[in-house]
Amino acid sequence: MHGGATAEPALARRLSWRALTRATEPYLYTLPALLLIATVMMMPLVIGLSYAFRDITLLDPLSGGFVGLDHFRELYADASFWNALRNTVTWTATSVALQFALGLMLAQLLNRAFPGRALIQILVFLPWAVPSFLSGLNWAWLFNPVVGPLPYWFQAAGLTHGTDNLLSDPQHALWGPIIANVWWGIPFFAITLLAALQSIPRDIYEAAVMDGAGPWTRFRRITLPFLAPTMAITILLRTVWIANFADLIVVMTKGGPADSTQILASYIFTQAFQRLDFGYASAVAAVLVLLLLAYAGALLLLRRLLTARF
Amino acid sequence: MRSAARARGLYWLCHYAALALFVAFALFPLFWLLKVSITPNDLLYSEGVRLWPSHATIAHYVSVIQHTQFPLYFRNSVIVSATTALLSTLIAAAAGYGFSRFRFRGKLWILGVMLVTQMFPLVMIVAPIFRLLAPLGLTNSLSGLVLVYTAFNVPFASFLMQSFFDGIPKELEEAAMIDGATRFQALRWIILPLTLPGLAATAGFVFTGAWSELLFALMLNSSSQVSTFPVGLLSFVSKFSVDFGQMMAAGVLALIPVCAFFLLIQRHLVQGLTAGAVKG
Repeated sequence: MHGGATAEPALARRLSWRALTRATEPYLYTLPALLLIATVMMMPLVIGLSYAFRDITLLDPLSGGFVGLDHFRELYADASFWNALRNTVTWTATSVALQFALGLMLAQLLNRAFPGRALIQILVFLPWAVPSFLSGLNWAWLFNPVVGPLPYWFQAAGLTHGTDNLLSDPQHALWGPIIANVWWGIPFFAITLLAALQSIPRDIYEAAVMDGAGPWTRFRRITLPFLAPTMAITILLRTVWIANFADLIVVMTKGGPADSTQILASYIFTQAFQRLDFGYASAVAAVLVLLLLAYAGALLLLRRLLTARF
Repeated sequence: MRSAARARGLYWLCHYAALALFVAFALFPLFWLLKVSITPNDLLYSEGVRLWPSHATIAHYVSVIQHTQFPLYFRNSVIVSATTALLSTLIAAAAGYGFSRFRFRGKLWILGVMLVTQMFPLVMIVAPIFRLLAPLGLTNSLSGLVLVYTAFNVPFASFLMQSFFDGIPKELEEAAMIDGATRFQALRWIILPLTLPGLAATAGFVFTGAWSELLFALMLNSSSQVSTFPVGLLSFVSKFSVDFGQMMAAGVLALIPVCAFFLLIQRHLVQGLTAGAVKG
């Protein structure tokens, strides 16, 4: 009896201590990540949204006041903004379409065993490892008639009359960053699609061959339906990501010549970095976020409608 | 029978030809980078678009290493990227383990917030981050960059680590805990050793991401003493844009660490990325 009387509170204490650790344990593991994300990403995000309604110019001690919707009115009348918006659509749609089409082709080519596949896979995926600033510089050099071969090749192929730098031609300059982006982004699509292709059971194809289905039918009736979910999610994420991706343009053209390659993301960066106008930059950023949210929402809605139908 | 064999031969011919085009497209820019970096200056202009110079030199590399600030930039980048990789991997391993092993109140919200951080444009927080870090003395400092990069990389790294932990059976640490180990001991001595490849891959991804980051490094650090490699290379390009040999030699040097990592993980790329393919 004696021992039991002293042991019981100790046991109860131990039990409640254990219950406490058990209840808090999951949070202890996730807390560092959460704190960091809250302070370094979510808080600046909220502050950044508030900047859109304030007059914030760095190095100007008088700035900081609330200006309501002034930035958005200014933006509505800003021809550079509308131009950047158009360029964003061209840049994103062309880059994603080409990256996806070529990535899918490459994934198909790699999705069967042949001698040398391991080596070829390393070589074609290599651009993915190249830092984006370097791939921008590298392509800028290739387009430069002083050191790069491309202007001469374009001329020889009859695409251009002279050997001028593509990047200084306002009509076509946006193709420079797009090509660099496609080069750099094909591996990403190829890797994700190849992984999805490899998860399709082999015997389905064998059965289809026995039933006399040709390569095109097999692709349309087996491969595409199996890949559809992966395709949808990667295209969605990639579109958002590329719309926000300013590095290549900042490095290759700085948005020029004459704003012809300026996209919204690079416009935001120029406003913040060169004009130090954080308020206006944040207003443009807020619009970009809204547009991307609308895009993602529309896509998800469309998907729901389509899946409800069939 | 003959015609079937011929058709198959033709198919493989096209297959290899298409792959050859992809390989050429992937490698040509890098080949050209290397080629210009070893071309002597006088030959650069006289030989134009020749595929290989009539003689090669390492002079550009020597002068980049001896007469420019690139060794300093390289050092800064190594410090920032390695520290970021280490911190992010530790924090992400803890979070990934938490997500993989527990069901708890608010988990869905936390995952949602982390997903949102992957979606919004990072340019949006350039300005506020600058304003927040400046009074703390974290602009023009390598620690500021480490802090920002770690936060940027933790969400993706946590998803990646979670998928690695998901692949390890729960029964392993449950058995250890029945034998009297605490959960943390079980994690430390049984689970972590099994996830070493996952930890290495995560660290590598974060390292590459930090090594490549340009916009925040440009915005936050204006002093060349704390410039990272991308910023240094870009300012070099805008200042000395005639010295192509040196610029490209510096470019090749910037490729070395990321290519080394790529060769290490390329075997696991296709399987590994399926798990958490959210980010480039």
